[in-house]
Order: sequence, then C-alpha cells, then structure tokens
Amino acid sequence: MSRADAPVGTYMKKNMMIVVGLAVVLLSGAPLGAHHSGSTLFDENTSTLKGVVKDWLWSNPHCLLTIDVTGADGKAAQWVIEYQAPNSIYAGGYRRTSFKPGDTVTLAVHPVKNGRPYGRIVSSVLADGKELGDGLLRMPTAATP
Amino acid sequence: MLYRVMMLTAGLVAAALLAPAEGVAQNTSPGKWSPQVAIRGQDAVKERKPAPRRNINGMWNAQRLGNQSGGVQLKPNNGRPENALPYTPYGLELYKKHKPLEGLDSVSPAFNNDPRTKCEPLGFPRWNHYDVGVQIFQDEHKIAMLYNYDNRWRLIWTDGRSLPTVVDGGVEADGEFRDTRWFGYSVGKWLDDYTLEVVTVGIMPDDRAWLDNTGRPISEQARITERFRRIDSETLEWSETIDDPKIYTRPWETMKLPMTLQDSGIDQITRYCSPSEIERYNTTFGDAASGK
Repeated sequence: MSRADAPVGTYMKKNMMIVVGLAVVLLSGAPLGAHHSGSTLFDENTSTLKGVVKDWLWSNPHCLLTIDVTGADGKAAQWVIEYQAPNSIYAGGYRRTSFKPGDTVTLAVHPVKNGRPYGRIVSSVLADGKELGDGLLRMPTAATP
Repeated sequence: MLYRVMMLTAGLVAAALLAPAEGVAQNTSPGKWSPQVAIRGQDAVKERKPAPRRNINGMWNAQRLGNQSGGVQLKPNNGRPENALPYTPYGLELYKKHKPLEGLDSVSPAFNNDPRTKCEPLGFPRWNHYDVGVQIFQDEHKIAMLYNYDNRWRLIWTDGRSLPTVVDGGVEADGEFRDTRWFGYSVGKWLDDYTLEVVTVGIMPDDRAWLDNTGRPISEQARITERFRRIDSETLEWSETIDDPKIYTRPWETMKLPMTLQDSGIDQITRYCSPSEIERYNTTFGDAASGK
C-alpha cells in the first residue's frame, strides 16, 4: 500500500480518533533500539493511530502489534507497529498480555518514511486506558562513583 | 576391624563429596521467581560497602548504556569527528562493505548484511557491545561470563597459563596450534586486589564477525584488553581497549561501563536469536516496511 493509499491521518475517523496531528519529535537523547535504530527507516514525525488490535506478537527480535484502522473515508487499512524485544520493553511495563484481539488502542508512532503502513512505537494507550511509553528504560543519570 | 576402617573411610569420603563447598551452600529460605529484568542502576544504590577482594561474582548490568546499538559506548558511530576511527586502508575498505542496521551508514532492514540478523554468533568482542548484561561466576582457576544476549558464555583463565600467540589462521598455545574461535582465548591476571586485566587473542576472522552494530570491523589479529575494576560492593567498571593492526592504525578504547550489581535472584527473560523468529519478523515487518 502506498502513502497515497494510506496517508496517516486520513485513517483517523473524527468520532473515533484522537487526532494529535503531526508533531516533530527530536530523536536526540532517545535511547537507541535493541535491533536497529531506525534513523534510516523511520520518519522523525509522530503520528497518532486509533484502531482495533488484530495481533500482538511478543517475540524477538521485535514485538509487533497489528491493528486495523478505519479511515475517514471508511476504508480500512492494516498497520504493523514495531516495538523493541521483550527483554527491553518488559521494564517499561509491556507484557505478552498487554494487547488482545479486539482491543481498541491509541498509538503514537514514527511512521516509515516510504509511506507504507508501518511504524515504530512512541507510546501506547491500552484498552483499559493505561498509558505506556516506548517501553525502554531511560539512560542512567548517575555516573561511576 | 579392617571392614570397620573401610566403612568409616568410605563414609567420610561420601560425606566430604556430599557436603556443600564453601560459597555454594544453599539458602535455607526459598527463592522466588522474580524479577525478570535487571534494571537496578547506580542511582538506586542506597548503601555501598568496600569492594570484596579479587571478586567480581554477580549479575551485572549497565542499563541502557550497555546496549551500545549506535556503536561502541565511547565511540558511537554518529559522524562526529571525535568518534572517527583510525582505519587502515584495508579496515576502511572492509567497513564500506558492511551494511549495518545502525549508525551513520545504516540501511533499511531488508538491505542489511549484518551477520547478527542471520543469527550468526556475534563474536568477541561484539558480545561486550550489544545489549550486554552478564552473570559472572569465578573459581580459583577461571572466570565464567554468561551473556544474556543469545545465552552465550565465555571462560577467562586465571590459573597462570600463558597467553597464546597469534599465528596465521589461529594461535599457538604452549607449542600447539589451535583454531580461531568465537570467543578467542582469554587469560586474566589480577593487577591488584580489585583490578582484573584480561587479554584475549585468537578471535574469528574479519569476514565472520563485526566489532559493533554499526558495521565497524575487527580481525583475527586483534588483541583485546579488558579491565574489570571492582570499585565497591555494588559497582564494577568494565573497560576495553582493542589493538588490531590489520584494521586500525593504533589501539583505541571502546567502552568504560559502570556495571551495577543486580538482585542475585533475577531470572532474566531470554533473548535468544531464533532464525524462524527473524524470518517471521522480516516477513511481517522488516522487508515490507523497507519497501522490498
């Protein structure tokens, strides 16, 4: 699916979506990913998606969340969102049971640059309203004593 | 009488064999299956005791500093002049052939040639440079390091044996030729009661393993020097210098990680590299997201 087919935002149904729009998020200072940093693959912009969970893959090298998103035009699109590996995002609160099929979730993501319906997670609002970040620990602030 | 002596001797031997050795006696209280991740950092240390003498046992973690996915800790591959490496012409040529997922010259997942994404062993010292968390055990002869990533382990000999000599295609150890291998050959020596120096030679050839996630190379001619400095009861400073005349014109320091002692009961989530899981990831995300 091309970007023209699946623009971020056109899938945000007004009465369903929390439209945050596009916000520039500087990646500097953000922790690098366990498998790849994504600077080549992902856009720096953050987009918001609201959709229904189809599958939650809790696996190495990356966890993957597949959601169905319905656009303003009524067309459905399937997005796949990449999270880091289980041992990385466990510390940030994610679990194998965090998502189940049928859950309605809201995600902030960095979409891929080529316009396809893929992205990397920035933060998640789970079906029960719980908010989680990208799952990664922040860098330690204390240096070697 | 003889029968009694024999039975007594046998009993004593059996008792000696069954008795727990010093330091490995079981706790009397039962353990618990938690937690699954090592997240204790230096900022969480409430009490520091003096460093134990010649002892680096424990589960150690450097939090996200140990991830080093953007290149080795002290020289991230971000294009800044101070992080440029002193490549030999051969080293630079080799670097340019690598298509990493990280760093200045990274490519999309579908187009990388990182051995890691085929679940090849990371090789040494790259195991020190990726998602590192280690459990260390030691006895009077050796130290075992158990790496969390892909559940790999390594031995460092501290019994006074000599460091092998690098020769063509491998090493010479006490007059005998031995092949290069993924963790090489490591010999450790206590410089003082709190500093262990470990030198490793005989690692795999440069077409089998990378130095870090950003495609920097390392060769079978490398000599890797690590220092483990036990600063206090809670802290182990782990530094590393590589000297590889085939790839780099001078030695350089790759990392100086402040490792924090973790709860001894941690039973970590595994981080195996599974070829079928890699393939599923590529099919579901990597290739498609890359536009392949």
